[in-house]
Amino acid sequence: MRILVIAETDGVGLRQGSRSAVQFAREVAAKNGAELQLLVIGYDQRAVAEQVAAYGPVLLADAPTLEHPIAERYATVIAQAANNTHASLICAAATTYAKDVLVRAAGLLGGTMATEVVGHEWSGDKLLLRRPMYAGAVTATVTLSGPFPTVTVRSSAYPAAEPLPAPEPVTAIDVDANLIPVTTQYGGLASKANTRPDVTEARIVVSGGRAFKTTEEFEQYVGALADRLHGAAGTSRVLVDAGIVPNELQVGQTGKIVAPELYIALGISGAVQHLAGMKNSKVIVAINNDPDAPIFEVADYGLVADVREAVPELLDKLA
Amino acid sequence: MKILVPIKRVPDTDQRVRVADDMLHVETADMPFVVNPFDAIALEEAIRIREARSGDAEVVVIGVGGEEYEQELRTGLAMGADRACVVRCDTELDPWNVACILQQMVGRESPALVLMGKQAVDDDLGQTGPFLASLLQWPQATFASRIELQGEMLTVGRETDRGIETLTLPLPAVVTVDLRLNEPRYASLPSILKARQKQIEHVDVRELGVEIQPRLQVLKMESVFSQRRCQRVSNVDELLERLKAETKIL
Ligand SMILES: Cc1cc2nc3c(=O)[nH]c(=O)nc-3n(C[C@H](O)[C@H](O)[C@H](O)COP(=O)(O)OP(=O)(O)OC[C@H]3O[C@@H](n4cnc5c(N)ncnc54)[C@H](O)[C@@H]3O)c2cc1C
Repeated sequence: MRILVIAETDGVGLRQGSRSAVQFAREVAAKNGAELQLLVIGYDQRAVAEQVAAYGPVLLADAPTLEHPIAERYATVIAQAANNTHASLICAAATTYAKDVLVRAAGLLGGTMATEVVGHEWSGDKLLLRRPMYAGAVTATVTLSGPFPTVTVRSSAYPAAEPLPAPEPVTAIDVDANLIPVTTQYGGLASKANTRPDVTEARIVVSGGRAFKTTEEFEQYVGALADRLHGAAGTSRVLVDAGIVPNELQVGQTGKIVAPELYIALGISGAVQHLAGMKNSKVIVAINNDPDAPIFEVADYGLVADVREAVPELLDKLA
Repeated sequence: MKILVPIKRVPDTDQRVRVADDMLHVETADMPFVVNPFDAIALEEAIRIREARSGDAEVVVIGVGGEEYEQELRTGLAMGADRACVVRCDTELDPWNVACILQQMVGRESPALVLMGKQAVDDDLGQTGPFLASLLQWPQATFASRIELQGEMLTVGRETDRGIETLTLPLPAVVTVDLRLNEPRYASLPSILKARQKQIEHVDVRELGVEIQPRLQVLKMESVFSQRRCQRVSNVDELLERLKAETKIL
């Protein structure tokens, strides 16, 4: 048995989310004795693959046509690797990368997939998976039956795997350029320069909602408090829809799922779609001027106050 | 050109869902249902593409499921779809089954574009779009927040974890849409009345020759309740004191 972990890299090494996928794979392997392999896909990625090898043996698909993560190309490579290694399980972190590339790969392999997995257990030698539904109001226990079972796991639910004592080998695999569809062209990535950590990777996340009316205001309060705490800044859907904050900061059912040690919600009402993305944070603090805001129902500490007064005071006292 | 928009019927997003006694479904009695919000965005975009081409496009909405789909398909017609079709199927379906059924419908309808939601807000699986694209071997663009059509080429802005990515891809293609693409219109009363007169086409799933084999099976559903007790603090000093004393974070 072989577990293939699809490695998401950042130009240097393995992303933190993928380390959670490695952790999931290790836990499954500890039970069923499967061998674990990581698949690194890209162009000129040898050095990155050497870093990834700290977490297990690496298969490297390296070719100019794979410079950017275009779904048709990457899915073809993943499906080939799964076939060639007779993978009994394929997994990755539940990021927009896997939601695009890996779902297509699972389709090529016969459509046996569960996404957004937050836990697992065994029934004999059958793997049972837990995943949220209905914006987290329900947890379902599911099972997969079909070729090449494929799973994405939430990094909020599995700790980041530790590196091995010594790196494993990197093995290049053949990429047959003739088999890779090249119809789709990459046109670049536009991201606002973010000097702060990603919401999914930070110990502390400070999120601001509709209480903030402009980008400047968001920075002045939410950004400043995030910086003071060396944390990440996050937001609710409304500020992204309004163009005040970039989409990669959205926390929620249809944004990013976070579970930091501390989550501070500033002027966020606590709609189920937002809660779905943060309610498993270790400690939740809510500051809202409406004493009946639903966010208080999921918070550990609640302060009824105007954020425009409370945040400057916090900044002052944390200095 | 023809644009296919598959739509799913889901519980209204502001409803509290409860697990039914069988622990395999959610309680649906008295539950208001809506078109999956992402699918409504896909339909809106299809209608806008038709409008930008001065009507030179046909928009077809497709539902897969039981008789009750009529309601959501009529909503689709009232918003402005030209035709509506339900693939009748009474067995439970997972995204793979739905994608296989849609593949056959694409074979029948030969659309140039399939526009669909990036996920359904009931199961939150997010699989049907890329599954369908892989079955058709069509290019895909997921999480679209901007779509431009020029001749036979699409330029799509995609919302990713790292920012907005741009792809160009040729038709035919599958595009899944994200929240920021547009704001779906409300159907006007006259168009709702007109939609009531329209025929909804019926296809029996057995005609399509798709074998329904479940890949993903739900064994159990459980309701989730918040375990937290919120401690109200009266000011910032108390908040900081408690955080420092009771957690090790600050
Ligand atoms: C399909 C779908 C998907 C969605 N996905 C997401 C998602 O992924 N993430 C997400 O966040 N939302 C999502 N939403 C939207 C969600 O339903 C809510 O609309 C949104 O979360 C509300 O954001 P908010 O709390 O910032 O704004 P509001 O609900 O307007 O709340 C603002 C809060 O700020 C408080 N406030 C205002 N001014 C002050 C002040 N000066 N001081 C203190 N408090 C103040 C108010 O009392 C209020 O509680 C989704 C919705 C749908 C239908």
